[in-house]
Amino acid sequence: MADGTTEFEMPRAGSNVSLAERAYRIRRHAVRMGEVQGQGYVGQALGVADVLAVAYFHALRYRPDDTLWEGRDRFLLSIGHYAIALYAALIEAGVLPEEELETYGTDDSRMPMSGMAPYTPGMEITAGSLGHGLGIAVGMCLGLKRKQSDSFVYNLLSDGELGEGSTWEAAMSAAHHKLDNLIAIVDFNNQQADGPSTAMLSSEPVTDKFEAFGWHAQRVDGNDIEALRAAFDNARGLKDPRPRIIVCDTRMAKGVPFLEARDITHFIRVEPYEWALALEALEKGRPQ
Amino acid sequence: MRQSKFARRHAVNAGERKTTSAMIASIAPNGVPTRSAPFGHTLARLAHQRPGIVGLTADLAKYTDLHVFAQEHPDRFYQMGMAEQVLMSAAAGLAREGFTPFATTYAVFASRRAYDFICMAIAEEKLDVKIVCALPGLTTGYGPSHQATEDIAIFRGMPNLTIIDPCDALDIEQATEAIADYKGPVYMRLLRGKVPVVLDEYDYTFEIGKARLLRDGADVLFISSGLMTMRVLEAAKALEADRIDCAVLHVPTIKPLDTQAILDGARRPGRLVVVAENHTIIGGLGEGVAALLMREGVAPVFRQIALPDEFLDAGALPTLHDRYGISSSELVRRVRKWTE
Repeated sequence: MADGTTEFEMPRAGSNVSLAERAYRIRRHAVRMGEVQGQGYVGQALGVADVLAVAYFHALRYRPDDTLWEGRDRFLLSIGHYAIALYAALIEAGVLPEEELETYGTDDSRMPMSGMAPYTPGMEITAGSLGHGLGIAVGMCLGLKRKQSDSFVYNLLSDGELGEGSTWEAAMSAAHHKLDNLIAIVDFNNQQADGPSTAMLSSEPVTDKFEAFGWHAQRVDGNDIEALRAAFDNARGLKDPRPRIIVCDTRMAKGVPFLEARDITHFIRVEPYEWALALEALEKGRPQ
Repeated sequence: MRQSKFARRHAVNAGERKTTSAMIASIAPNGVPTRSAPFGHTLARLAHQRPGIVGLTADLAKYTDLHVFAQEHPDRFYQMGMAEQVLMSAAAGLAREGFTPFATTYAVFASRRAYDFICMAIAEEKLDVKIVCALPGLTTGYGPSHQATEDIAIFRGMPNLTIIDPCDALDIEQATEAIADYKGPVYMRLLRGKVPVVLDEYDYTFEIGKARLLRDGADVLFISSGLMTMRVLEAAKALEADRIDCAVLHVPTIKPLDTQAILDGARRPGRLVVVAENHTIIGGLGEGVAALLMREGVAPVFRQIALPDEFLDAGALPTLHDRYGISSSELVRRVRKWTE
């Protein structure tokens, strides 16, 4: 554009980079950030990378150098510990410079371990206390409708977060107010702090629940880029006065086989020598 | 062991029975003029000049006077249903999109149920949300489920949040306008329905963060907020008969406190300082003033009029105000004793 900004429209025109390559790069950025701290929610970041690639390089409308651009689609991260994944996507999207990933989680960094709006361009809300994002999204959708905006509000939740009752207040509210500009995305990796989320407080059958609450619900393989692309297109294109949800079944640590095979926990343990191996494993699976 | 209140059932004298429904109007002493729904009318008027104002409630429009706004601006009113968490989150979302939401419910529900949502979604980012809550302190006879005796204690610890406790209809009208002009999160305690007008007798204007000396006096300095300012004004008049000369410093902004006005008042020698609040004795204006005085090395004789650290009884409001020491007659009795 004349002012030097890039306005991405769906489908992303003029880019020769495939979504699979974007997902690969998001994973690589996340692993490199994990290496900085020697820890982190790398498992989640690897798992959700394909969802973020499709969101940021196929579905969302935004300007990388103007993250408060009024015409943008809003992307709300409820799950603060997934900040590493969103930073990786924001780096790949050109919102954050790649070299900044070396500051991840360090003092005075713009990229703290848990995502907070005042710290990071592109981080729309302060996340971390789970069950907030969908309610805030309801208010933003109401506000956008008041402004007659055609922007969408996306909210990335986790399956564990569905245990929070406030999410269901917001789910009812979104349907009641016919918020067809709301697209919720659930990263369903079936893991939370104390174990498999379906064994902690099961949200299943999750799509049935949302449908019963008045939503349009889809469930897809969250590591299948074509399936994700179709689901996002469907959610955006519907002529239906209902909020939309895409439940994405993902695999923790996807793309790094030796981590995928590990007895996976919420907070995945990676030995210092393994970061380089993880990058090698990603490279091996890099799309041609 | 659970404390039982069963034994009281037979103690009622039917001839003197006061009903619980005497709960809100009874804040107005006999003969004091009232104004109807000062918050609702003021907000409805302001909304004509300020297109960003929207109203939200969690099934309590009628009981927070927001129905007046809703009738005048139906397209700017959001009924969120009985869901205080999404009430606050959605208010945050609307503020993010540039609007100025006024979110209403009862003080118990905002402070106890929706705290995390006010804290993280609104206050942490200084969003322009006004939380306006009815039934503060002991202003209902419905018992602890509705009596927000500790709302200020809960909210005082929240960074960025301005806390307002207005006294009467005039105060509410001016405070509503002031908080609409102010950019940032506010919690305001609300008297609703027919609200007494008392401050028109004084040279008074509301300003966020400012205490106002309503009357001066040599023997006692009352420091008060909310409806207790009405009560201490009545008490101050009654104590004239005892030749006890009372000053009244009204502190409608609990946070940030007007520390200068409080210190100036408390430094004047020879006066008993009495902080009076419609709130538990823990964590409210009284403790705020006490800590301020200690920090600054000011040590007057100090007393508190406040609700006890208890779950309070149900019943008729006048009875309860006497029982818990916040009626003007109880105030007078205590001050007489303290100044003997």
